[in-house]
Amino acid sequence: MEWISPRRLKRLGMLNMNRRNVDYIARYNERSSYPLVDNKLKTKLVVAEYGVKTPRLLQIVREQHEISHFREMAEDLKGFAIKPAKGSGGKGITVITGRDGDEYIKASGARVDAPYLERHLTNILAGLYSLAGTPDVAIVENLVQSDPDLARYSHQGVPDIRIVVFQGYPVMAMLRLATTASDGKANLHQGAVGVGLDIGTGRSLNAVQFNRPITLHPDTGLALENIEIAAWDEMLEMASRCYEATGLGYMGVDLVVDANEGPLLLELNARPGLAIQMANGCGLLPRLRAIENLKRPHFSPGERAQFAMETFASR
Amino acid sequence: MTTRSRIPFYVAVLLLIGAGIALAIWRHVELGIPWLTGEQRPVWMVEARVDFEGTEEPVLASLNIPEQPPGFSIISEQAASPGYGFSIVENSGGRRAEWSKRDVSGPQTLYFKAQFIPTDDSRPRRLAREPQPREMFWEEPQATAVREVLTQARERSSTPESMTRELIRLMQPDTRTQNTTLLVAEENYLQLVVDMLNHAGIPARTADGLRLEDARRRQQLMPFLQIYNGEDWLTFDPQTAEQGVPENLLLWRQGSESLLDVVGGDNSEVSFSMLRQTVPALQLATMQAESNGLGFLSFYELPIEEQSMFRMLLLLPLGALIVAFMRMVIGIRTSGTFMPVLIAVAFVQTTLLPGLIAFLSVVAIGLLMRGYLSSLNLLLVSRISALIILVIFITAGLSIIGYQMGFNTGMTVTFFPMVIIAWTIERMSILWEEEGVREVMIQGSGSLFVAICAYLVMSAPLAGHLTFNFPELHLVILGFILLMGQYTGYKLSELRRFSPMKVYD
Repeated sequence: MEWISPRRLKRLGMLNMNRRNVDYIARYNERSSYPLVDNKLKTKLVVAEYGVKTPRLLQIVREQHEISHFREMAEDLKGFAIKPAKGSGGKGITVITGRDGDEYIKASGARVDAPYLERHLTNILAGLYSLAGTPDVAIVENLVQSDPDLARYSHQGVPDIRIVVFQGYPVMAMLRLATTASDGKANLHQGAVGVGLDIGTGRSLNAVQFNRPITLHPDTGLALENIEIAAWDEMLEMASRCYEATGLGYMGVDLVVDANEGPLLLELNARPGLAIQMANGCGLLPRLRAIENLKRPHFSPGERAQFAMETFASR
Repeated sequence: MTTRSRIPFYVAVLLLIGAGIALAIWRHVELGIPWLTGEQRPVWMVEARVDFEGTEEPVLASLNIPEQPPGFSIISEQAASPGYGFSIVENSGGRRAEWSKRDVSGPQTLYFKAQFIPTDDSRPRRLAREPQPREMFWEEPQATAVREVLTQARERSSTPESMTRELIRLMQPDTRTQNTTLLVAEENYLQLVVDMLNHAGIPARTADGLRLEDARRRQQLMPFLQIYNGEDWLTFDPQTAEQGVPENLLLWRQGSESLLDVVGGDNSEVSFSMLRQTVPALQLATMQAESNGLGFLSFYELPIEEQSMFRMLLLLPLGALIVAFMRMVIGIRTSGTFMPVLIAVAFVQTTLLPGLIAFLSVVAIGLLMRGYLSSLNLLLVSRISALIILVIFITAGLSIIGYQMGFNTGMTVTFFPMVIIAWTIERMSILWEEEGVREVMIQGSGSLFVAICAYLVMSAPLAGHLTFNFPELHLVILGFILLMGQYTGYKLSELRRFSPMKVYD
């Protein structure tokens, strides 16, 4: 069993669970803003006003009788994703990548028919996937066509980029790649690979899986050291904009890169995890403190992203 | 972003903790509630037996009983005397137990019992009014003899105490002169000394003491001399002139003139028997609480049923403290925040091993049944409801099977909170589907570990004793929990989780 002394952790500036909850989430996140991030539909609508793009909304299914419109809407679509608005951790998301006659092809390759999807919609409305089982709304989104440069690193699923935004400043970022262990999901504690990204350049730093450093992707076998994210400054500015949209001082912003539309916002998280520090090989605390000690905060998202790129670049 | 100053918070928490400890100490000192369980205190049970012959007349028997005897305090008094009216009367002369009956004939026996505990309280008591020496008149030739003896004693003394000692010495047979021989007759010796002291201007009186020895019967009171030195009544042995109340001497009568008056009866006499008992200090404290003004601060006055309920309830904060500590400082993952406390409470009633077996079997069977329920695709509320009913079936089944097989422990399963178990099964089952068996095992064993820790603490006799008898100590627990809510340091589990960071240091 390996241990690390608290003094060393402190020297590394590692943010821990208790401090995150007391000093950051409780202090900087208004409770009233939580519904904005816990409900994907609300997130979508509010960030749109601030010029943050999300996957195109195809249909909102609020009531049972609206399900009958689903089939005619989906008639001439190639790919789409059905999501519960209040789902968490990727639960209840069904991704359709293509058609074969009357049948729909899921991301996993399985074929399903229209009644299956309608039943899935019913389940979502009944609250099968929402927190505490409250009735929910289903949203149908355009399928994200993952940028092939990034997609090849991931086993199934779309690689996404988690950026921790503190008071509007992007402070740390990582790329999350699904694995067989994580069952195509991009959740680190389920076994997805986290690749730390340099805030200054968008280049990969270190990679971890199950909290242990790795150099190659366990499924694709690709080296994880020379990944570079395109349009990095644009993504940082997008993440920064979400602060104005939600007012949450400490949040995680999940972005994907679409081959056609560029960076899109997937979802926001009011309680971002701590594993991002392991992927980056450095602690969050020095960066958070630097922002807290700023005498004159920057007012525009662009300035904040610029400041972060200069200040938090790894050298 | 300004951060509120933490100082008022810490001051408030310190006040809370301080208040809890101070209250507990105060109650320990004032009420004598012991810190530890099983502390024993000696108690003297003294029984006065009054015998007399009834003469077919209405009877009023009046026995002097102790009032604030030095070195003792009274914790209980009771009279046993069938057919008699009984009351305790207080007047300026002291306290008297009075029995009364209309028609009395033949030998009669009355009992008065009291319990005394030795105390080290020796403060002089405030007297309502200053005692004055009685005026004495002597006839010749005694008058001259008294005068001469007193002059002799006064010459060799300086204070009322030394005067008393000298007088007693002069009156002893071996130092007797003509004067004293004239005065003393065996039966009037003590009264004579008292009269002479009063004559000399020193307030004096007699008192009766009882020598306390374990398991003695038919004891008589021993006479003592008391003088007032201007501040307090002092006790002297009338034979040896030794000052002070000997150890284990209970002054039964002080101040009042007579020990026993019986109107309407003949041949009255009083005798004493005594027994040294040991009583748990806690029992003493509860007895005294009733008479003490501080009693209202405790649970002793509540009906027994409520008391035992509070006994259980007051253990919960300890469990909450353990859970808070385990989760926030150690970092053990549990399923459901306070589920472990409720399980621990059930363990307290079932004892650990049978409780553990019963709990694990209910949850295991429940998980199997839940597997079938999940294939039915039910909505959450009806799934939980169905699960509650199933859990009740399972516990009923286990109880019956256990009983038929001769294990009474099977019955204890009913102590588990059914709804909590149903939720536990539901959570575990969802966890199983979403995160896999490993996470179920981690959280399940974490919950059980925390529950067992909480059980061990809550079932400790000392814990039950302190939480119930010093409820104010919960302020201290509250203070600790509030302080822990401010703990922003690393959890023990994080020291392991973040250990790969070593390479970047």
